[in-house]
Formats: sequence, C-alpha cells, structure tokens
Amino acid sequence: MKINSLKDYQDVRKQLLLLEPPEQKKILVCCGTGCRAGGSLEIVHRLEEELKAKNISASIEMVVKKPGCQGMCEKGPLVWFVPQGIFYCSVKPSDVIEIVEKTISKGEVIERLLYKDNASKEKIAHYEKIPFIFRQNRLVLRNMGVIDPTDIRDYIRVGGYETLLEVLDKKRDPDAIIDEIEKSGLRGRGGGGFLTGRKWKACKKAQGTRYVLCNGDEGDPGAFMDRSIMEGDPHSILEGMILGGYALCSQEGYIYVRHEYPLAVKHLMHAIQEAKEYGLLGENIAGSSFSFDIHINRGGGAFVCGESSALMRSLEGKVGEPRAKYVHATDRGLFDSPTVLNNVETWANVPLIIQKGSGWFSKIGTEKSTGTKVFSLVGKVKNTGLIEVAMGTTLREVIFGIGGGIIGDRPFKAVQTGGPSGGCLPASHLDCAVDFDTLTKAGSMMGSGGMIVMDDRTCMVDVAKYFTQFLIQESCGKCLPCREGLPQLYHLLQEIVEGRGKREYLKKIEELAQVLQDTSLCGLGSTSANPVMSTLRYFREEYLLHILDKSCPAGVCKALTSFTINEKCTGCGACMRICPVEAISGQKREKHEIVQAKCIQCGSCYSVCKFDAITIGKRS
Amino acid sequence: MECLDMTKVEEILKAYPQNETSLIMVLQDIHDTFHYLPCDALKKVAQELQVPFSKVFSVTTFYKAFSLNPKGKKIIRVCLGTACHIRGGSEIIQEFERQLGILRSQTTQNQEFTLETVNCVGACAMAPVVVVNEEYHRSVTTIKVKDILKGEKNED
Repeated sequence: MKINSLKDYQDVRKQLLLLEPPEQKKILVCCGTGCRAGGSLEIVHRLEEELKAKNISASIEMVVKKPGCQGMCEKGPLVWFVPQGIFYCSVKPSDVIEIVEKTISKGEVIERLLYKDNASKEKIAHYEKIPFIFRQNRLVLRNMGVIDPTDIRDYIRVGGYETLLEVLDKKRDPDAIIDEIEKSGLRGRGGGGFLTGRKWKACKKAQGTRYVLCNGDEGDPGAFMDRSIMEGDPHSILEGMILGGYALCSQEGYIYVRHEYPLAVKHLMHAIQEAKEYGLLGENIAGSSFSFDIHINRGGGAFVCGESSALMRSLEGKVGEPRAKYVHATDRGLFDSPTVLNNVETWANVPLIIQKGSGWFSKIGTEKSTGTKVFSLVGKVKNTGLIEVAMGTTLREVIFGIGGGIIGDRPFKAVQTGGPSGGCLPASHLDCAVDFDTLTKAGSMMGSGGMIVMDDRTCMVDVAKYFTQFLIQESCGKCLPCREGLPQLYHLLQEIVEGRGKREYLKKIEELAQVLQDTSLCGLGSTSANPVMSTLRYFREEYLLHILDKSCPAGVCKALTSFTINEKCTGCGACMRICPVEAISGQKREKHEIVQAKCIQCGSCYSVCKFDAITIGKRS
Repeated sequence: MECLDMTKVEEILKAYPQNETSLIMVLQDIHDTFHYLPCDALKKVAQELQVPFSKVFSVTTFYKAFSLNPKGKKIIRVCLGTACHIRGGSEIIQEFERQLGILRSQTTQNQEFTLETVNCVGACAMAPVVVVNEEYHRSVTTIKVKDILKGEKNED
C-alpha cells in the first residue's frame, strides 16, 4: 500500500483507526530487553493461547500487543491493560491463567501483581498513578511501551509520519526547517550538547553530496536509552532522519547500530522495510520529488566508534580511528562529504519539534538546555529503568522522586553520569539541576544519559579504576597520551587499591590527567581522566584512607578488606549457603565464623546478611 | 583442520558491493556463519573486495566483534558495565572462572563454553547480567552461576 499524498495518509489513518480505535481493549505486554529476559514472550504466547482456548478474544475483542520498553525494567515483566489502566509487575507465565480468569473475564484486580509504592507501602493499581510514571515528562518516549514497534500501522495510528507528510504537502522551505530546529534550542543528546540546528546549518552551507547519519553506537556502560528507542519506537527515528534529509537536501542516510544490540537492528530493518512499502522512504517519498534512503550498519564492537570521526571511518569499512577535528564533519565527513551526525534521541526529537513548533519545545526545560532528556536510571536505586524528565530537574527528584531512593534505604554516596567521560557527584550535589552546563560545571557531564546511582558499598577509588581499565581496553591506540597515559594512570590506581599507594601518587595522577586532557586527539582521550578527577575532587578522603590507613571503607578493595562475623549473628546460615568458597562454618542458631585463610573477600555474606552481623574491617 | 565451506563465503560476498565499504559487513556475516573468521575466508574477502590482506587483518583485530580463533558452542558473556560492576559483576566473572576452570576469553577443552566479558549489553536495570548465546539472565548472584551452568549442560 503506497501513500502518495497527505490526503492518502489521512484516509489510511482513518481506516486504521476504524480497525483498531483508541478505545480498543488491549493487553500491552512489555517486550523490552529486560522483560524479555524475565519471560515476557512466553507470557504473550500463553495469553494468546488462553484467550483462544476460552474464545475470549471473539467476545471482548481483546488484543495482545508486544510493545517496547515501558521503563520500569526492575519490576518486569510488565503487563498493562488499556484503556482500564490496570498495571501488573513481575508477572510470571504461570500467572496468565489467573489473569485471564479474573482481570480479563471479570475485570477484577489481582492484588499481588500490583506495584507496591516504596514510600507509602501501598499497592497502586493504575499505571498513571505510579510516582515513577507520573513524575516523568515522557515526550520522546511517548510511544514506548504503547505501540508495537514491528507494526507501522500502530505508529500511523498515533499520528506518526503526519509531520513528514505535512512538510512534503506544503513543500516547506528546507531552510525554514533548519531554522525551526535552531530556534528550538535542541542540543545533541549524545553527550556533547552541540546545537543541532547550528550543525545542520554548517552542513547545508557546504557543497557536495550530503549524508545524514544516526549514531546508535551507544557504548557508555550503564546506558540503554538509545537501545530502547531503537527497539521500541524505530519509526520515530526514521521520521526524524527523513525530515533531516529533507531539510539538508540529502538523499542518503545511515544508522550505525552497536554490535551488542541485535534486536535493535532487527526492528530498524523491519521498520525501514515497512516504511518503504508505504512509500514513506525511498524514491519519491509520498508522491513528492524528494527521495531519501536509509541503510543500517552494524558496529564492530568498538567503543571509540561512538566518536564521530571514528564512526564515519567505520562506516567506510575501515578501522575506527578518530582523526583531528580541524576540518569539521559538516564539511568533510563520511566519504569526505558534508555530513550531519546526530544521536538516536536527537533524531527522535525532530518530528516533535517540527510538529509542535520551536516555541513549544523551548518552553520545556531550562533556557540553555531545552526539552527533555531520557536517562537510564540504574545501579543501587530502587526503581531502575528508563525515564524521561524535563531538563533542569534536580538529581534528587530523579533519584529519590522517580527512582524511589536507594536499595535497602542505605545511604546515598554518589551518582555517576556521562559514562567513561563523565564523573561522580556526591550527596552535596543532589539539588544540582540536570542540564548540560550545570553538570559540566560540577565536574561531570550530561553524556548520553546513563545515570548510575551508588551507595556506601561502592568504593570510589575502585570506580575510578574501573573506568580507567574500561578506557584502556577501548582506546584505539592512535595517539600516545591515551595509549600510554591510561595504563600509567591505571598502574597508580592499582597500587592504591592494593595497599601500596603513596601520598605523592595523587599529585602524579593529577599531572597525568592534565596531560591526557590537553594532548589527546579525540574526546575519548581528552575526557578519559574525568572519572578519576571527579572522584578525587569529591572523595579525596577515601583515596587518603586507602593510601594512609590502608583501608577501604566500602569493603570493595580486596587487598585492604576483611569480613568478620559479629555478635549480632543469629546463626541463620544464609551467609554459609551463599559463600562460594565454603569459608563460613558454624552450628545452626549459633554464631558463625569466617575462616580468613579461605575467604576471597567477595562480600556475598555481607550482602545477604539481614542482621547486620557482618563487619567490614581492615585486612591485617 | 576441517575443510571450509567456501560457497558460504562466496554467497555472503555476492550480497554486497565489491569494495572496501562492504568489508566490515561481509566480515560480520562470515563471523555469524562460522562463529569466527577462518584465515582462508579472509584471504578470499581481501581478493574479492580488492583490499590488501594486511588491511583486512587490521580490521579483524581492531574490532572486538571478530575472533580469529574458533569459539565454544556456548558463549557466556558476563557484563561488566558500570551498573553490573557496582552490583558485583566482577564477582560473577570470577565465579564462572572458578566453576569452568578457565580464564576470561578462554574456551573449555571440550569446546563447550567460551567465557567472555562485555562492557555493557544495555540491560543495566537487570544488573548483574549474564548472556549465554542469546539468552539473558538477570540479577545473577554467585550462587546462580552454578544453576546457569547446570541449565546449559542439561540442554544438551
């Protein structure tokens, strides 16, 4: 079925809405990666079987859908009934029979599957009333968890591609679209925060075949926003890129997807196929004179390829090494032609801005960081998952309001943003607004949106060492400061966590960090010392304890830590069962003991003990 | 050394334009087919795409997705992304090493398991995560490691 004009589109949409009106009863079983791991596909399968067996689908016309991530990954698999709004968490395939019998047939709510609010300890039956949901501002994620990402008809039903069709129908001036994006103040969501409109303008000025690229090489550990959008709402990215292609008078676009995301590749490929069948992608889009095609390239599993110039080399089939940026990609990028590269989330913002106008968009967020930002809220926080908030929301609201606070109500220690280029912010910065400039000023950065919450059981020296090790593995090796400097930095940190640290090491670390920042070729190298520098800035005490006192207060650094059992032990045996090296012994209901010679300091006993009976101490 | 089915390599090559731009995609497809990059296949690729063999070699060794050595039937990937790290991912990999008697990036002698680490699979809300072939295991503990291995062995 080809759509050849705006009128065609409106007719198609009308028909689709007749087939499945908004009031249609639906069971939305989240099929994001998290819920899939929990068995959501099996739930869908059993639901369909059960509905068929009971002949229910015919009488109540219930549709089962497999949308993308609904966000509350921690509580998955999730099942959401619309339009009633009933929302079930941690559903198991074995719950299906009861769900069909009670909720679907009789409209009864099954109490035990409801979300339990951490603060009020009350069960909440409706999706919209869950603080994790209503405290968000879901714009980019508006379709996530609602539409089936493998069915273009669902995207059209919610008004998808209408913006594109209107632009083509009115033959809008491409430059006016660029102006609109610039006026909206949209900044790159991949981390850098460069003004998208300005980037487009620079590319438009350059002569030659222009390329439009989408960076889906989400390599920051602890971040899965782009993955979820590619898997859960691929058409919004395509629509954004087609609009970008139109504005930039380009005919070809590429999406570079990370090697580790096979489902995202599958859904994007399928979406491209469907868009082509509907005449919304390819030659003469919707009967207009504008042609635009999009290709998918899978990455090779190299973090550095998220860097713009490395990504373009990789698309060309080469080794993904960055190059110096004295010539911008907007002048000479992919195949040495003018290129615009934007992140997945940035592209997903574009149709919204063109549809609702720059005035609407720039009112959301702060003056210099407009719109919203999607974050993956993970780590030691109660409600881990995918969230979207207006720029300028405080870290406290994100972590405690939406995230529900720290697991086990332990003390909050730090939050890490910006991936390996970012930093860790302490509790004193909880009221810091989340926007590009404030985070940078605080010594971290926005990054692509990974937000990792840490409690008192996280050692900040270990975190710094972790990121340094990560970057050593991912450094491409082209320039010396990064290739040789990072192993030196790692060596110093290793000495500290193993109890051989000296006070002067801190000065050496700072010097080395400065060199890395000043002399590295690309962003990976020049920001590589940020995790170390930010932890040194806010948690210097902890470094000094490692060096002078030879202790690790978090009980993470093995060479400095010992675990012992104290008088609070009830002899429940939980620690004995979990110990992987059988280092714990003791009679039932009597105090247990840890055989220090066998102990590997893994901390499993500490995590499992409910009586606070494990003491973290210094290694003798 | 078993004989390589060159027709498969030729089929893959046919699906792409015969130039350097296709190199990574061709290598990915070959890797998906054989689970590693056999040397003869690389020579063929270099010849057909008219890329120097040395360049093909440099690409295969640069990207982590490629392996020049055959891998085990089941690839266990332990995620060591930040979220998994702070929730104990490094304990999980060590437990796998203990249980399997191999170190990371090694394959068991019976060619059953290859143990790998990965820097984030983007499933951070379920940390720590272990992926066996395509199957995700969430909130893994050191105790669960034995269960995962038992489950995988029973499947055969």
